[in-house]
Amino acid sequence: MSEIRIDHVSRWFRNVVAVNDVTMTIGPGVTGLLGPNGAGKSTLIALMSGFLAPSAGSVTLDGAPLWRNERVYRQVGLVPEREALFEYLTGREFVVANAELQGLADPGAAAQRAIALIEMSDAQDREISTYSKGMRQRIKMASALVHDPPVLLLDEPFNGMDPRQRIHLMELIRTMGAEGRTVLFSSHILEEVEQVARQIEVVVAGRHAASGDFGAIRRLMTDRPNRFVLRTADDRLLASVLLADPSVRGARLRAEGGIELEASDFGRFSQVLPRLAREHGVRLLEVTPTDESLESVFSYLVSS
Amino acid sequence: MSTPAISRTIVRLGARSIFGRWRGALLFALPVVLLGLSVLARALVGQSDQGSRHTLYGLGLVVVVPLVALLATSGVLAPEIDDGSISYLLAKPIPRSTIVLSKLVVALGCVVAFATLPMLLAGLVLRTDDPSVAVGFALGSLLGGTAYCALFALLSVMTRHAVVVGLVYLLVWEGLLGGLLDGVRWLSVTRWSAEVADRVAGLSLVENLPLTYALIAGAVVIVGSGWLTGQRLRSFNLTGDE
Repeated sequence: MSEIRIDHVSRWFRNVVAVNDVTMTIGPGVTGLLGPNGAGKSTLIALMSGFLAPSAGSVTLDGAPLWRNERVYRQVGLVPEREALFEYLTGREFVVANAELQGLADPGAAAQRAIALIEMSDAQDREISTYSKGMRQRIKMASALVHDPPVLLLDEPFNGMDPRQRIHLMELIRTMGAEGRTVLFSSHILEEVEQVARQIEVVVAGRHAASGDFGAIRRLMTDRPNRFVLRTADDRLLASVLLADPSVRGARLRAEGGIELEASDFGRFSQVLPRLAREHGVRLLEVTPTDESLESVFSYLVSS
Repeated sequence: MSTPAISRTIVRLGARSIFGRWRGALLFALPVVLLGLSVLARALVGQSDQGSRHTLYGLGLVVVVPLVALLATSGVLAPEIDDGSISYLLAKPIPRSTIVLSKLVVALGCVVAFATLPMLLAGLVLRTDDPSVAVGFALGSLLGGTAYCALFALLSVMTRHAVVVGLVYLLVWEGLLGGLLDGVRWLSVTRWSAEVADRVAGLSLVENLPLTYALIAGAVVIVGSGWLTGQRLRSFNLTGDE
């Protein structure tokens, strides 16, 4: 059972702050690192894999520092985001080389086991330069798993995968977590993270915005006030009627026409709106949610 | 600090990466040119002190040795740093010094195969009467080649334009300024290597440069650059989007 502790860590590059006073603990099981692009996910993974020194704070694996400590790589398997691999090797040669560099007693056997695990046995003797994006991702996984590490760090592992490959990798990650490994993967897609991770850490603009199981994160997101723009046949009438209902928190008539509306209870509002419109004979022309994008969800999480 | 060891896996990967690219072909071309010109010079002017000196120094030590070192060293380090695949070597329980040393072993192997041995052969072709010339230039190329490898390795981890910077350094410092300003000999790898050839073969390619100085300066460059390269490699940027 391994645990990565990030303790009040900041990391800046000259005058740009990439990670800002983040404290989190990554324990056994699958943890999803969720955040929009450029939020500092890759920087956090680089810190956790010993590729970056924290500007302030400390990053440790079971108490041992990760920076300038090559020995921790016996416990860590890293799948970097970047695509580049040793193109001139076959998949098998690549995984065997990784096993040798880990100093394993039987690199050939370890490589075979890892390759079988990620179901690449058929393509293992092809040169990596001929691999598809999904195959590259899988051979990277094999190279990270070859020494059977208790900790697995994956940077955007689902990028560029087709749905079938995605499902397979999700299954694999779930298995790794169920085996008691400490698995952390980053993603900017909530649905992806929800399907695999038991624990979710949300990072936005370098800050640790939220933490919890996916239920807690979901609730944070769905219980938030929803904003809509309505275009109707009689904006003023419908706005006043809606404002009388408890599911609506605020309504404003826009100068260019239409109602800007904030609903506090989305479920109730979605039933109330068509009923009230019909009762008062106001025709609904358009109902547009204005904050459905992930960014608005994130910005909500940060401000709460 | 543990004693730096050499990883056979990294040496194997390094050798394959050099010969898997166009650099490999260039490495073969350089000694072919040197040997071809030597045969030509021998056939046209016979065994002459002048002819052998121009070929072995002007082409060999000044051009072929540094270029082989530059091609080999940048070939073994620069592409992996550029595309980030070196992270697969770095994320292993191996001392950074072992990674640098193993990479340098590959580059050094190239220097021996594509510079030192061709120099020895070219020397024997040009001066059959005096084998000490061949031995002197071969030894000189070994010192120069090793120092250049270490220097270019450091360059490869410091800049993404290692080949360009290396070429500019060779042309401007070693070539242009080294020819114009006498004092450059104190800070010129090529002139140190020429001093070795001078001593062994009894020539006078560079004046007023003690052999002891040349050897110590070469050693300082080799050890210093090697160490610095290892240090730099520790702060490799994984994400590449800094």
